[in-house]
Amino acid sequence: MNRLANRPALGPILGGLALPTLLIGLYLGLVWAPADSQMGNVQRIMYVHFPSWIATAVGYLTAFVASVVYLVRRRPFWDHAAVAGAEIGVVFNIIGLVSGAIWGRPTWGVWWTWDPRLTSTAILLTIFVGYLLLRSFIEDPDTRARASAVVAIVGFVNMPIVYFSVRWWRTLHQVQSSPATVDPRMVLALRVMMVAAVLIAGSLIASRYELARLDDADERSGAPERSGSRRAMGIDPYEGATYG
Amino acid sequence: MDDLRFVIAAYAAAGVILAAYVWQLARRLREARARALSSSS
Repeated sequence: MNRLANRPALGPILGGLALPTLLIGLYLGLVWAPADSQMGNVQRIMYVHFPSWIATAVGYLTAFVASVVYLVRRRPFWDHAAVAGAEIGVVFNIIGLVSGAIWGRPTWGVWWTWDPRLTSTAILLTIFVGYLLLRSFIEDPDTRARASAVVAIVGFVNMPIVYFSVRWWRTLHQVQSSPATVDPRMVLALRVMMVAAVLIAGSLIASRYELARLDDADERSGAPERSGSRRAMGIDPYEGATYG
Repeated sequence: MDDLRFVIAAYAAAGVILAAYVWQLARRLREARARALSSSS
């Protein structure tokens, strides 16, 4: 797996596969699939909303698995994979919440409500944004990897709560639909968009992994003026420090 | 309920968020590769 992820071309290859898949999926969802009998065209938001949650799950699952393995094996590879998964999970989590809010306004009459599904996904986002912030505050790479791995594992516990929230509590959010009750054209459009979302997430995780690896090598090389990702976030951990 | 403005807004928002992230990830990667190259030479 190390060798596979170390290939810088993995991100662009998956991205190259994602682009035509996404274009086909957009055509199927926006043009080819019929409008919903009750919601009309607004239902087409589902072709971006639901796949974004699949990509979110891919990202957070990557962060969770990599964090568990990191705590066992203490290899930097797993920490790099964890931060890559968490960051991409956050991006798609935001897309899921925004597209859901835009769907909620014409469907429920509100942009947001403290429904268990919506609230649990907002908590999920908050935890993983906290994960990324925590990483920017800890200077020692090993301490940072250890602490953030614990946060990722604890944060991932929220995932099944998000999934089952629509069944455990009375919610405004609908329960999971069965493909058997939906027009096959809608199912196909949704599945193509899901594949596109997974490919995009995979491509971004591979690229973000490479960035984490380069940042880590740079940081461990002992150049304090270069602190890759934290500098990119506008946070200078060495501000005010004196050297030499 | 059948309002295309919401459909356009949802797809546009998703596209903008994703494009913004891809753009800044590409920039960070470019800078990290440049640093790696300069430190190895």
